[in-house]
Amino acid sequence: MADISALGQTVTYREAVAEGIARELRRDPAVVCLGEDIGKAGGVFKTTQGLFEEFGPGRIWDTPISEQAILGLAMGAAMTGMRPIAEIMFSDFFAVCWDYLANEMPKIRYMTGGQITVPVVVRTANGGGLGFGAQHSQAVENWTLAIPGLKIVAPSNPADVVGLMASAVRSEDPVVFFEHKGLFASKGPAAPADHVVPLGQAAIARAGTDLTIVALAVTVPMALAAADRLAADGVSAEVIDLRCLVPLDMATVLESVGRTSRLLIVEENPYQGGWGGTVASIVADEGFELLDAPVRRIAADCVPLPFADALEQQVIPTVEKVAAAIRRLMAY
Amino acid sequence: MTAVAATDDIGASELLALYEQMAVIRRTEKAAHDLFLAGLVKGTTHLAAGHEAVAVGASAALRPDDYVFATYRGHHHAIARGATPEECLAELMSKATGICKAKGGSMHLTKASAGMLGSYAIVGAHLPLAAGAAWSAKLRGSGQVAVAFFGDGATNIGAFHEALNIAAVWSLPVLFICENNLYMEYTPIGSVTPVPNPAADRAPAYAIPAEVIDGNDVVVVAAATARAVQRARSGQGPTVIEARTYRHFGHSRTDPATYRPAEEVQEWMERDPLDIARARLATLGVPVEDAVRADDRAAQVVAEAVAAARAAPAPDPADAFTDVWADGGSQWRT
Ligand SMILES: Cc1ncc(C[n+]2csc(CCOP(=O)(O)OP(=O)(O)O)c2C)c(N)n1
Ligand SMILES: [Mg+2]
Repeated sequence: MADISALGQTVTYREAVAEGIARELRRDPAVVCLGEDIGKAGGVFKTTQGLFEEFGPGRIWDTPISEQAILGLAMGAAMTGMRPIAEIMFSDFFAVCWDYLANEMPKIRYMTGGQITVPVVVRTANGGGLGFGAQHSQAVENWTLAIPGLKIVAPSNPADVVGLMASAVRSEDPVVFFEHKGLFASKGPAAPADHVVPLGQAAIARAGTDLTIVALAVTVPMALAAADRLAADGVSAEVIDLRCLVPLDMATVLESVGRTSRLLIVEENPYQGGWGGTVASIVADEGFELLDAPVRRIAADCVPLPFADALEQQVIPTVEKVAAAIRRLMAY
Repeated sequence: MTAVAATDDIGASELLALYEQMAVIRRTEKAAHDLFLAGLVKGTTHLAAGHEAVAVGASAALRPDDYVFATYRGHHHAIARGATPEECLAELMSKATGICKAKGGSMHLTKASAGMLGSYAIVGAHLPLAAGAAWSAKLRGSGQVAVAFFGDGATNIGAFHEALNIAAVWSLPVLFICENNLYMEYTPIGSVTPVPNPAADRAPAYAIPAEVIDGNDVVVVAAATARAVQRARSGQGPTVIEARTYRHFGHSRTDPATYRPAEEVQEWMERDPLDIARARLATLGVPVEDAVRADDRAAQVVAEAVAAARAAPAPDPADAFTDVWADGGSQWRT
């Protein structure tokens, strides 16, 4: 693999995925990867490019199209001394292996009274905006948030991809790692050597004083773009990149809302059952006195995702929608 | 049924020990049944009385560090791998001393320290897990094998087919042992399956060798398992074993199993695995009194287990919030 950790270098999110995995493969011989087309082909999104060449077929395993076997084998191996990184090509396919995410990985430790440990990472390409239609575009992070016992990571930039991958692989608990399809080509500073971002620590992606925008993955650059646009109108928006849904860093959110008194949540999953509902309810419960305006949520509309750009853009969050919501919230 | 003779492989004292394990399981299941009827076991149980020879015979052919995965009908597998009747019954009775600290219940008996890596209540889910443990053994070069025990009904769920396929393609050291007791819950497997042997007849599609055996003969099970283990450890990949057996109780709870024809029940009750083992002991020249003494010891172990489980304390309510995460706690947010 090319060394992309040199300081000051700019890399793509896609390259960072492969780099993050490669660093863990180099560090710990217990780490092993499995998934469809991840080996010689380098992954359908080229997020595992170079791994097969560097680590060979003993570490990088191409599987049949058997999502239950992929997650089941990963879990069984994790229970017995390995640290597997399993890839589910599109997060929509979680539906065909949901048992492992909903019933097996998150529950086996608890229901055995702590006898079994499952240090597994389930990576997947998540989210829309690329015109893949209703079965290849969903943002399904809220599906996993409905299950106690899963840690949930969704990085927004290349350095975080590497740093969070390190924490995910080293976690003794099962981690679902959402890679955003709409961010693969985006660029950012490369992660420094030995970069580790702890799970459950949100980042202040942009400091501000007038309102707090809570975002995740692709909605982070969206919120930043909207905030920059509104800066011209004299609005100072703070953007929090949650980075993880579990552990959920509500301390950072509540602290920020305490300073800004306004909260906008921007999430890509549908409004119905979206993660923003959980954030909003905690703020309503524990931060009611901090607020000077209602909590607003921008989420996907509650329809299956349409194909055409003109239709898809209607449904998913956009910079325009976020900017409009900021204006409304500031006028409240 | 292609019963495999391997009587020569087993000595009298070894068979007597297997017999005693089966007797312990039989009495534990009877105790679980009685405690359920007495209202001291809540929820549900799926008793394995009648299936003892599968668990005990297979375990006899395994190394202590091999892995076993079972279903919700898994008491026999936990005990065969070394769980005590006391910790199992305490679990069923919601006691702090339960094998899973009363967080699992009857359907999830687990003894990880003995390689018994769980009882799974989603039909078929653990076949890929066993394949994964076998993959891990292969990656680590440990020489361990993994075994998935499952019901006839599990052969019609996707996870069964995905597991067999990948296990064959990757040549994994895994045994798929089907406990074919002829029924799913209440429906005969034959009425929903196009082949007579639901597990073994599917194996050829995955180029996996399979045999159908008498699951009520502990010696036959041990011999078939030993052959499959030998294949697995020598790098020849998975084996399917279909062990024909029969439940002595209903599917679960208080199911009277009236959907089973009386003649069929009669026929299978006459093929009780404990009787078959006793007959084999007699053939090996073991005095009847030795088997009786084994029965007495089993009865005493289980009686003491029931008493201890009854006397054990309830779990601390605070334990509801432990063991979610590896740090021991359940915190999901700040
Ligand atoms: C995926 C799934 N579907 C249905 C059930 C409900 N269920 C529990 S046991 C059972 C019958 C299983 O039959 P079999 O595999 O033959 O095992 P047996 O109970 O006979 O040991 C069913 C349908 C379940 N637990 N999981
Ligand atoms: Mg059955």
